[in-house]
Amino acid sequence: MSITKNPYDPDVTLGSGCSCGSHSSQAEHDAAEATTSDAGNESTEDILVKSVETAVVQAVFGTDMARRNFLRAVGASTAAAAIADVFPLGAAKALAAEASAKLEKSKLNVGFVPITCATPIIMAQPMGFYEKYGLDVDVIKTAGWAVSRDKSMNGEYDASHMLTPMPLAITVGSGSNATPWTMPAVENINGQAITLASKHKDKNDPKMWKGFKFAVPFDYSMHNFLLRYYVAEHGLDPDQDIQIRVLPPPEMVANLAADNVDGYLAPDPFNQRAVYDGVGFIHKLTKEIWDGHPCCAFAASQQFVDEMPNTFIALYKAIIDATQYASKQENRKEVAKAISPKNYLNQPETVVQQVLTGTFADGLGGIQKVPDRIDFDPFPYHSMAVWILTQMKRWGYIEGDVNYKAVAEQVYLATRAKEVMTEMGLTPPESTYQKYSIMGKEFDPEKAEAYAASFSIGRV
Amino acid sequence: MKPTLPLTARAALLSFILFGATVLVWQLAIESSTGTAPNMDPELAALLGPQAKGQSAFPAPMAIFDELVRHVTDPFYDAGPNDKGIGIQLAYSIGRVALGFGAAALVAIPFGFVIGMSPLFYKALDPFFQLLKPISPLAWMPLALYTIKDSNSSAIFVIFICSLWPMLINTAFGVGAVRREYLNVAKTLELGPFRTAWKVILPAAAPTIVTGMRISIGIAWLVIVAAEMLVGGTGIGYFVWNEWNNLSITNVIAAILFIGFIGMVLDQLMGRVQAAVAYAD
Repeated sequence: MSITKNPYDPDVTLGSGCSCGSHSSQAEHDAAEATTSDAGNESTEDILVKSVETAVVQAVFGTDMARRNFLRAVGASTAAAAIADVFPLGAAKALAAEASAKLEKSKLNVGFVPITCATPIIMAQPMGFYEKYGLDVDVIKTAGWAVSRDKSMNGEYDASHMLTPMPLAITVGSGSNATPWTMPAVENINGQAITLASKHKDKNDPKMWKGFKFAVPFDYSMHNFLLRYYVAEHGLDPDQDIQIRVLPPPEMVANLAADNVDGYLAPDPFNQRAVYDGVGFIHKLTKEIWDGHPCCAFAASQQFVDEMPNTFIALYKAIIDATQYASKQENRKEVAKAISPKNYLNQPETVVQQVLTGTFADGLGGIQKVPDRIDFDPFPYHSMAVWILTQMKRWGYIEGDVNYKAVAEQVYLATRAKEVMTEMGLTPPESTYQKYSIMGKEFDPEKAEAYAASFSIGRV
Repeated sequence: MKPTLPLTARAALLSFILFGATVLVWQLAIESSTGTAPNMDPELAALLGPQAKGQSAFPAPMAIFDELVRHVTDPFYDAGPNDKGIGIQLAYSIGRVALGFGAAALVAIPFGFVIGMSPLFYKALDPFFQLLKPISPLAWMPLALYTIKDSNSSAIFVIFICSLWPMLINTAFGVGAVRREYLNVAKTLELGPFRTAWKVILPAAAPTIVTGMRISIGIAWLVIVAAEMLVGGTGIGYFVWNEWNNLSITNVIAAILFIGFIGMVLDQLMGRVQAAVAYAD
């Protein structure tokens, strides 16, 4: 009886599902077994040791099928000995145990808004990434970003899923009290879309959108800034020619169906959900506006980072690990299955799967195949923060002189990300600044002030 | 002349007929709106939901009944912090209402007593009550979240603030309206002020006070659903929000029926108390 799986057991499936196959997860299987078994409880140390073994065994075999066949052929103890020969399992176990012993706090609450952007934060719970780093994390569903921000600032959440502009806005005190906030990692890149109501099927040119009502999830969101950018490039003033209102993502499909809004630039699964329910169609994926744009973030207060450095690093590694796993195409179906249930996204699995795999119905009768419709890349480039700040300046969310680079470097922990990623054996990019091309217009982070003032439609 | 059934039996029969007719019309309306699915590429059809294929978004009565049975037979499951059985959710909501309402009663009844017994206080404080009473309880929510810094306590605070006014105003009014004769008799019998309050004023004002409590608990139950939709986490309001999130009309309707049922039970309980303290003049 254990809450972790024995990776040397050929009858056990690592990943989702349980060893006997009749429960949706191993935890559920074990809970059922616990009632019939009187074996003692496993200590946290045992769990940790087994997690390390699981990670190593998974890494050695790659696929579960290979592992099971191998174990059946040679037996578990031979396999364990063989792996111990080539891999210093003892050292890895000791290292993990030591890391866990240093945790200031192992029981954490992490908030999320139920959208596919939060995939790494959510999946890390059912798929055991938090556990792997000695953490016991509850992921708590939150109704919208204003509440998420307040709960984070209250300290009810140790860390949370936020939109990439939010830690910047909180730090500079735009729309809240100025509190130093950090953004250690980006969650997802791309993965948003402009969805229009089905009755607008013939209005594919944004110039025809005068008077439209659009919804975005929050003022300080990439959604708001990308929508403003997109319509402005087509000659519409987002404050004069269209109306932009804030709606929590889960309420968007209902509002689209009720004709309260003409469309939205929103996170998935709510674009795909509108197609699934036959109320809208996907006009444009945001990757066609800016390929590789950041969207959601993993964020924590400066206080948490400073006061609980070991816990923070463990959590950070769990998130980066999960993000790496999610970015692999072959894992996407498994991830979709793990995050669709009621406890997480609460969506039909096919909707989440269409978003993550990029094979989706577009609502116009076609099926599109865009594998990088959403992707996951944790690296928080400083240049992303600078771009966001230029847009906050452009539309009047911040006034006066902005020290773009200073704010970006304080909030986006790119240097920290480099260290941690290197330590985990990953290769982070060399520079924390990049140039971007957005709808054909170049953005150079070295010329931020000039960029913010370079648009014909803007408030600068 | 034909023998007629007693009134209660006839009313029950009529209730039953009305219920049956509603369900029948509902069922027929759903069936008539279920169009035939257009010829669709099966690969595409697999990616779309029933509504996109021409089915009604609104569930038939039987689907809701099945859902109700599912909830009632397994009310206490716990599948993680964001997915708990309806029994647990209702217990959270009732707990919050009990705490907020209880705290409001503890403040409103003694305070209302003092105000009711002093015409000066009554007149001086009345403008504040009149100003604070009509504020929507949910308008307090951002302020509460900001100052209390805890979402659960904020929800309880909102219940407290919305339960407070009806009880306070009714208590003050009931105490102030105790008949002079009763007080004069107490004076003649040389009762002290505390005995007068306890033995004379409280029983005399009790029906008005309990009426205030009945109004309050009704409001509290209405407000908790909205408050929990806002702060999330647990409670029947969160349950409705979570199902709305999934556009599951069936579950939303099931939750509405549960909310109505609990609201009715709370109201009936206060009704019992009201009957117990009533007296004929």
